[in-house]
Amino acid sequence: MSGADLGLVAVAVLLGVPAGTALLLVLVSGYRLGARLNVGAALLCLLAAAALFQARPEANLYLRVDDFNIYLIALNNWVSFTTSVFSAGYIAHELETGRLTPVYLRFYHAMYQALLFAMNLALLANNIGLLWVAIELATLITVLMVGLYRTHAALEAAWKYFILGSLGIALALFGTILVYLAAQPVIGQGLPAMAWDRLLARADAFDPALLNLAFVFLLLGYGTKAGLVPLHAWLPDAHAEGPTPISAVLSGLLLNVALYAVLRFKMLMSANPSALAPGPLMVILGLLSLLFAGLMLYRRGDIKRLFAYSSIEHMGIITFAFGMGGPLANFAGLLHMTLHSLTKSAIFFTVGHISQVKGTQRISTIRGLTVTHPTLGWGLVAGVIAIAGMPPFGVFMSEFLVVSSTFARQPLLALPLVVGLLLAFGTLLWRLHGMAFGQPDGTAVVPVRASTLPTVVHLLLVLVAGFWLPEPLVAWFRHVAVLLG
Amino acid sequence: MHGLAFDIAHFLAGGMVVASFLLLYQDRLYALINVFALHSLVLALAVGWQAAIQGAHHLYITAGIALVFKAIVIPVALHRIVRRLGIHRTLEAVGGVGRDMLAGTGLVALAILVMLPVTATADALAREDLAFALAVVLLGLLLMVTRRNAVSLVIGFMSLENGLVLAAAGARGMPLAVEISVAFSVLIALIVIGIFLFRIRERFDSVDMQAMDTFREERRR
Repeated sequence: MSGADLGLVAVAVLLGVPAGTALLLVLVSGYRLGARLNVGAALLCLLAAAALFQARPEANLYLRVDDFNIYLIALNNWVSFTTSVFSAGYIAHELETGRLTPVYLRFYHAMYQALLFAMNLALLANNIGLLWVAIELATLITVLMVGLYRTHAALEAAWKYFILGSLGIALALFGTILVYLAAQPVIGQGLPAMAWDRLLARADAFDPALLNLAFVFLLLGYGTKAGLVPLHAWLPDAHAEGPTPISAVLSGLLLNVALYAVLRFKMLMSANPSALAPGPLMVILGLLSLLFAGLMLYRRGDIKRLFAYSSIEHMGIITFAFGMGGPLANFAGLLHMTLHSLTKSAIFFTVGHISQVKGTQRISTIRGLTVTHPTLGWGLVAGVIAIAGMPPFGVFMSEFLVVSSTFARQPLLALPLVVGLLLAFGTLLWRLHGMAFGQPDGTAVVPVRASTLPTVVHLLLVLVAGFWLPEPLVAWFRHVAVLLG
Repeated sequence: MHGLAFDIAHFLAGGMVVASFLLLYQDRLYALINVFALHSLVLALAVGWQAAIQGAHHLYITAGIALVFKAIVIPVALHRIVRRLGIHRTLEAVGGVGRDMLAGTGLVALAILVMLPVTATADALAREDLAFALAVVLLGLLLMVTRRNAVSLVIGFMSLENGLVLAAAGARGMPLAVEISVAFSVLIALIVIGIFLFRIRERFDSVDMQAMDTFREERRR
């Protein structure tokens, strides 16, 4: 098989397998078989993503694999694979406790694959219309998943997410139409004027005023999906009330996908010399998110909500880094994006097990985990230390890079950045202290039976990243950091 | 200076803005749904007219979807939902009609002020269509923020999507994929919403969103 063929097969697997499995899973009634199929399909996608490194298919008007998205596709399929492993154990427990019925599980597994399909499609899309369709699809699927438990709170969360998500999606579509309008006089009518690579090649000739307006809509639209303040209101509720595997996928992947869309358009803006510089807008939104989330972390009573706000904080840091631009800040942004995905999904895996053994998500009733459940307790400790940005974990490195590159160029901006980071750092550790080391409340200890392997693997990866990054990865980060401008 | 074709396109797009204003002050659900049907009907005419003058035959499909689906099927379905739920009572517009109208006027002015200078190089038809489309989108947003009832939120959202379809139709040669997906998203939206409405009914005996707000974390502790 020649190289290009292998690439085509890989892309076909990345899109076809999740879509096909989603349909198949609707018909599968046994939950064990469903969970296994779910894991199997995710594994196939992971292998296909790895195959893309061997051979990339030719870009066409719809799909494209380039230097920017290839690693994100790999990351996406890696985290969805580990999450599917975690989900298999998690879901079995939910079934036993009667929170979910077999019918809902069937639905859940089908939706999980459909979500994987939508995210892969968004990452692979070359056409800005297709990108929009994929993100819209992902939004609708996650709305259904968030409302899965059908409790008051879950319905409210899903409804809020639906309304805000649709608003964001609508704004993004308007922005997409404006980009097409800007491109149409230069490229001509029809599909080529929506293909991202053609747009980038001719972006210097576009009407800058139209592009500016388009970018504002796109930033607000996709920014809503990325959970940027002030459009973040859906995020904590959706994370807290949905099934935990979905919280992990939302935080670890979907936010990245939305941010990826923003970055694609930022590249278009940078290619046009007379257009507005997109950086300052992103810096402002990023800082706002960071500071706001840092303050909001303080009074959270619900463990999943706590980490949802932490996701807003980290999305803020990443947006800030990309807004600053330049090779170093972009490098830091990409690294932070990757490490945040790995760490946050690991934390949600642990939190999922904790809320199952404790039967609650309330922080005040979770005490002394390192005594009662050493694996979970120390897993949480490691995860929180990593996400708070303490050495030796990799997140420390990426945050340090963001701060130092900001100090070098805009010392005044570094001040609020550091304040935000310290706020979040302090609150997270203070919360952790009670949960991990406080006095156990003496209720009967329920043993954990699910596999903690996904958590361990993720945290090890983040730990290793703190000491050593493989050479190809660094080369890729450098290369893409230059591309991002 | 422009022909009759331009005037008719202008008239129809302007008609959508007027229909959006009509939506703003309807205080009964049935009336709101009926005006939404009118909104979609005008959209179908506007898109159909664009198809005729641009010679873009695929836009007829978009117009057909708007006519059949948004002007007939969805309003009928919403009527049924409202009847089934027994919520055909008066709506509460937050703040009152006068304030909403003033805000709406301001938004239309904003849309025109933003769009016209920006699109100076585009052809006159696309410019005006886009300005009106943005006005419809903003009015849809206004409707969504001023209403509390789930059904009127949904109608606000769909009127907003109508504005997007108008914008897409006004952009010459915009590929069909996007338009169909817009129509398709409305379909999915309705399914989602339908499920939600019934679940909400099941649980709370109310579709008033304010009732749901009491389940926020802050008040649960």
